[in-house]
Amino acid sequence: MGVEETLGNNVITTSLDKIVNWSRSRSLWPMTFGLACCAIEMMASGAARFDLDRFGVLFRASPRQADVIIIAGTVTRKMVPVIQTVYEQMPEPKYVIAMGACACSGGIFDTYSTVQGVDEYLPVDVYVPGCPPRPEGLIYGLGKLQEKIMAERNSFGAAIGVGEKISEA
Amino acid sequence: MSEHAAVGKLKQNFSEDVLDVVEFRGETTIVVKREKIVEISTFLRDEMGYDFLCDLCGVDYLGTSPRFMVVYNLYNIALKDRLRIKVPVEESDATVDTVSVVWGTANWHERECWDLMGISFNNHPDLRRILMPDDWEGHPLRKDYPLQGPDREPYQGRLQ
Repeated sequence: MGVEETLGNNVITTSLDKIVNWSRSRSLWPMTFGLACCAIEMMASGAARFDLDRFGVLFRASPRQADVIIIAGTVTRKMVPVIQTVYEQMPEPKYVIAMGACACSGGIFDTYSTVQGVDEYLPVDVYVPGCPPRPEGLIYGLGKLQEKIMAERNSFGAAIGVGEKISEA
Repeated sequence: MSEHAAVGKLKQNFSEDVLDVVEFRGETTIVVKREKIVEISTFLRDEMGYDFLCDLCGVDYLGTSPRFMVVYNLYNIALKDRLRIKVPVEESDATVDTVSVVWGTANWHERECWDLMGISFNNHPDLRRILMPDDWEGHPLRKDYPLQGPDREPYQGRLQ
């Protein structure tokens, strides 16, 4: 697919893209996928002191209603088919945040049963390192994801079916 | 002391199956032969009152013969009394009779022992892997199993 078909490249279409990107990034609904200790920090981020609701982030229990999945915790080989099923059930556009050292790269568990980084199986957009990352770290990671979504082009065109969404690397 | 009562009764009824008795700081361990483990367990549960199997695990002594040891940690709830039974298992014939007919909790403990150590249990109702994925090859907690797994490089160390 050589030619990138877009809706247009003028001030109207880019403004429409900006509106779509702004609304997507300011209301990211994560699918809670707390596997291990990072889940506690994710809960702490969502709780009163470091509120995530002020960023528009509501945790949804069902993957069908989520647009980002936060993999928080150690991923074992036995859990990989489950993660893949949940990820495939999420509707587009979807993003992945790997939270914590274990999800980013296996962490301290260099063993037979731990997947050395969830990016062996899923396309990760934002890595949040830490063991566990502080709530401020997770909020910074969500902010980075928001910046990444704002930098996408042709999102309005993709939404109405003309061409594909183009995301900068 | 009531531990010695259990030892005495066991020696009385199963004299040729008791291999060794060790007592250390108040804890008694009896090593028995594996052929009669179900009868010994039934006797301990019904006659001596050890009705709670706290733990069932396997130990790998790589390099000695017998290679494996299955350890049963028992507890008498009424008398608050603990006892340990050990069963040596050869590597060439790593099977033991199941005690899940005596204590129900042994079902999953024996599945874990099979999964991680490779000691199989005769007449077990449901002997399959419990912690590793179902199609995993090998028994990870044996001493000769590589830590990083069979298909990855071993850890080289932080300072090369």
